[in-house]
Amino acid sequence: MGWLGLVRDGGQIFATIFILAIAILLVSSLFLSGKVGQFLINSLESKADVSVYFKEAALEEDIAQVQDELAKIPEVKEIIYISKDQALEEFKKRYENNPVLMDSVKELGGNPFLASLRIQAKQAGQYKVITGFIDNLSIDDIIEKVDYSQRQNVIERIFSITSFLGKTGILFSSILVAIAILITFNTIKMAIYNFQEEVKIQRLVGASNWFIRGPFLAQGAIAGIISAFISLLVLFLIVLLFSPKIQIFLPDLNIFKMFWSNFGFIFLIQFATGIALGSISSLIAIRKYIKI
Amino acid sequence: MIKFDKVTKIYCPHLNGNEKITALEEISLEIKPKEFVSITGRSGAGKTTLLKLLLAEERPNEGQIFFQGQDVCEIKSNQLSYLRRQIGAVFQDCKLFPSKTVFENIAYVMEVIGAGREEIERDVPKVLEIVGLTERANHFPKELSGGEAQRAAIARALIHRPEVILADEPTGNLDPYNTLDIIHLLLKINEMGTTVILATHNRETINSIGKRVISLDRGKIIRDEEEGRFIL
Repeated sequence: MGWLGLVRDGGQIFATIFILAIAILLVSSLFLSGKVGQFLINSLESKADVSVYFKEAALEEDIAQVQDELAKIPEVKEIIYISKDQALEEFKKRYENNPVLMDSVKELGGNPFLASLRIQAKQAGQYKVITGFIDNLSIDDIIEKVDYSQRQNVIERIFSITSFLGKTGILFSSILVAIAILITFNTIKMAIYNFQEEVKIQRLVGASNWFIRGPFLAQGAIAGIISAFISLLVLFLIVLLFSPKIQIFLPDLNIFKMFWSNFGFIFLIQFATGIALGSISSLIAIRKYIKI
Repeated sequence: MIKFDKVTKIYCPHLNGNEKITALEEISLEIKPKEFVSITGRSGAGKTTLLKLLLAEERPNEGQIFFQGQDVCEIKSNQLSYLRRQIGAVFQDCKLFPSKTVFENIAYVMEVIGAGREEIERDVPKVLEIVGLTERANHFPKELSGGEAQRAAIARALIHRPEVILADEPTGNLDPYNTLDIIHLLLKINEMGTTVILATHNRETINSIGKRVISLDRGKIIRDEEEGRFIL
């Protein structure tokens, strides 16, 4: 009867499928945009670090000892040691097309760069803990400078943006999903309203509550599955179309690849949302009419 | 089989208003198995309310209603289906499912009681033959005449062999020929052993039946006669 109901109630069910598809698309888009947001945050956070530059006189053993001490801090994600030679090589590689800078290094003679430790925190807000730890080490005799202070504003700004995006993202997603559920529920309620006389007859001829609910439940679930297929197709086309355009501005961000690597989960979200929205809305909407 | 014991039903048409309409007042009656009872009276006399109370579509304000010894008012909402499966109901407006064919309308009641496909395929044509609608099995209600729709409704009420059939003004919208057809059909069903309760205000119908007549006026029983006649 579920399928039959869908066919006989064509116009209304088309509207329901359309609204359901939008709701599912919204939910899965929120998931995908959450992934994109997280990627951007990770990418920004990975660019932030604290660099500790050591004096010319500092021995490699002393630096290694400082590195070991820093590695004990739970907030530290990664420490990279860059020797004087590596720093010079990095510079040459980065500025090989800039003759002015290359010539100035040559004029200075020797290797003007210092050995350093590049420290990355697990989260953007944890750099203060790390710099505080370095201050307490009392190794001023071997440290030339700690260049966190120059990047402090950038790092704190990233952290506040990250935190803001997280909080508003959840709030915004919740509001959108609630609106989608309300619209879906009302559309299905309207569809069932047209059947209220039939439901009344069903009750009067002795149909049990679940016998009446069953077809509406099936109808809601079928509408949910069809809507999930439609929204999956639409999402695929959106990703396919916009992925290359986004990559022009953010070369590291490949949304198409992200879509495929999360396809199983997106598929699951879409179908679970579709079936749940369709069938639960039907159940709630029918409740009023079976009280005869 | 059916017993009304001092049943009163009062309607409050407006939610916050004080206006009250007494549809039935201290009604007491008893109907035995295999009886054919006509309930008669003017519009608003309480005929439909009486049938609605028996079908538990409405609840009384006072009194008790017994069906097969069970107090109908005590039945919980989710258990009402079991009561209604023992009663076949026929309404003035037929109340056929508009989106189902005549065959499907009748088969639905069998599906409700859990009958299998084979049983449905066997019994529905038999009932269609009794009511003379074999040729109309695959038609939708909107394609039927008034008399045909009412016969389809009777077939649906009859298919699960209920103990009692309630017919609320089944001839209200029919011409005299179709009215006679329907009454003959109900008498035939009664002869087969089913109790029939017919609510009608049709004088000719009542007088042609020659069975028990209960006359109502403003919610009260004013006469209850075996082989009665229309006296209002």
